[in-house]
Amino acid sequence: MFLVASIALFIAMAMGIARALLGPNVYDRILAMNSVGTKVVLFIALYGFITERPDFVDLALLYALLNTLGTVAVLKFVERAFPTQQYMDGKQ
Amino acid sequence: MTSLWLNAVLLIFLFIISISILRTRKLFSAIMLTSLFSLLCAAVFVGLDAVDVAFTEAAVGAGISTVLMLGALALIGSNAEDRSHTSTHRKAFAMCVSLFTGAVLLYGTIDMPRFGDHRAPAHQHVAPRYINTSPQEIGLPNMVTSVLASYRGYDTMGETLVVFTAGIAVFGLLGNVLKRQREKDVLPDVGEHDGEIVLGIFAKLMVAPIILFALYVQFHGDFGPGGGFQAGVIFAAALVLYALVFSVESLMLAVPLRAIRILMAAGITLYAGTGITTMLLGGQFLDYNLLAHNPVHGQHYGVFIVELGVGISVGAVMLSLFYSFMNYRPQQRRPGK
Amino acid sequence: MAIYLGLALDIFSWLLLVTGGGFVLIGAIGLLRMPDFYTRLHAASIIDTLGAWLILLGLILQSPNWMTALKLIIVVALLLFASPTTSHVLAKAAHKAGLKPLLGKDAHD
Repeated sequence: MFLVASIALFIAMAMGIARALLGPNVYDRILAMNSVGTKVVLFIALYGFITERPDFVDLALLYALLNTLGTVAVLKFVERAFPTQQYMDGKQ
Repeated sequence: MTSLWLNAVLLIFLFIISISILRTRKLFSAIMLTSLFSLLCAAVFVGLDAVDVAFTEAAVGAGISTVLMLGALALIGSNAEDRSHTSTHRKAFAMCVSLFTGAVLLYGTIDMPRFGDHRAPAHQHVAPRYINTSPQEIGLPNMVTSVLASYRGYDTMGETLVVFTAGIAVFGLLGNVLKRQREKDVLPDVGEHDGEIVLGIFAKLMVAPIILFALYVQFHGDFGPGGGFQAGVIFAAALVLYALVFSVESLMLAVPLRAIRILMAAGITLYAGTGITTMLLGGQFLDYNLLAHNPVHGQHYGVFIVELGVGISVGAVMLSLFYSFMNYRPQQRRPGK
Repeated sequence: MAIYLGLALDIFSWLLLVTGGGFVLIGAIGLLRMPDFYTRLHAASIIDTLGAWLILLGLILQSPNWMTALKLIIVVALLLFASPTTSHVLAKAAHKAGLKPLLGKDAHD
């Protein structure tokens, strides 16, 4: 049963990475990275249960924290560095 | 078999990401791709069953390192690109040197034993001694911590000194932030920044639990994955989150720079001081057996104090790096000021 | 009796895990196929949070000791706070930078 959820998570991660590579502007990419990060957290927790080592949940907790911190940091940076941009032409 | 597939997929991803890092010209996307690279490296370490290393790699590479590099990029400029114009001859020469070095290294690996071979020298002499005698001599459930803090304690002290040196070097390069802070008399604006109420409340709520988590990781490092390095990085991450949402000045009111400088030195002093204490007690440097009348308890005390020193030092250095990057104002440095 | 309880727990957590995986997949499809940033944000964050909760709840029911269950509950609480905040901050930052949402044909804005 863990395997089914892992496969679903892998496919979702691949789709998220595809969106990160495609996304026309930087906010799409940040959203995709955040989404992939959440799935990585879920995968780490699942992997801990697959390999019967419950220590991995510490790692999942850590990465959940770092995911939000990283997204906030990148957003603050983008806000400071690209204050207003015209996104109508689809260029970053 | 599944681990082979997992490693193969992750390594292919790593290869693709490194090619992308090489080929991108915008520094911002290079930083984000490097963060993704660190995350995938952490996943590879998890696949190799090295949980402590994965913990440290996730915390340092995908967390603090990204924030610090973004801070450095903010110093350079918004649309920073890689504008180097090296000639083709130089590039060809560099490529030849790289390929030659790579070929020599690959040739050297032919003689190495197979991965995981039990007859390899690394598994014959030192590792069985550690694994067999660590429960009796040190008695900590997490063998990585016992090797890191006790058997190879001198090496870990060197690593902490390297981190400390990095902190000092950044101070030396980026100038005297303390003096410049005294020059501005304006009271910083504490409170919600730009009307971001939700993020402000979130940051205020999260700082204390993240610091609590850092303390948990520090003290649980004897039993599960964790230890001093990871705990210091998580502690710095909590304060960096606060400083990103509110301003850096409001964080400097709470955690002033002088305190960070003292903490930077205090951590490494704690570590080396333990060594000198054991020398004064009649033994060798960092011989924890002498710290209590029962040698195993002495080892526990020694590992505890030493990991605390590492955690304090690493957290303070990360925070001081953040302060230095965020407070550097290159246009204010006029000659004769 | 204990066997039935264990079996019920297994079936329930299997159900939760599969449903959670399904929701995560739906969210990822939405992330890929939606036409505009704001709609993608809506799809990704809401469905991701729900899927994450279901998967983690399924894992909590399977955990070997109470310490792991407690840590997983902390992860759930963290995601409860952090996911909506992140999507709010994303939307606010994109709106402040001038990213305009894709409006329908009969909207007057």
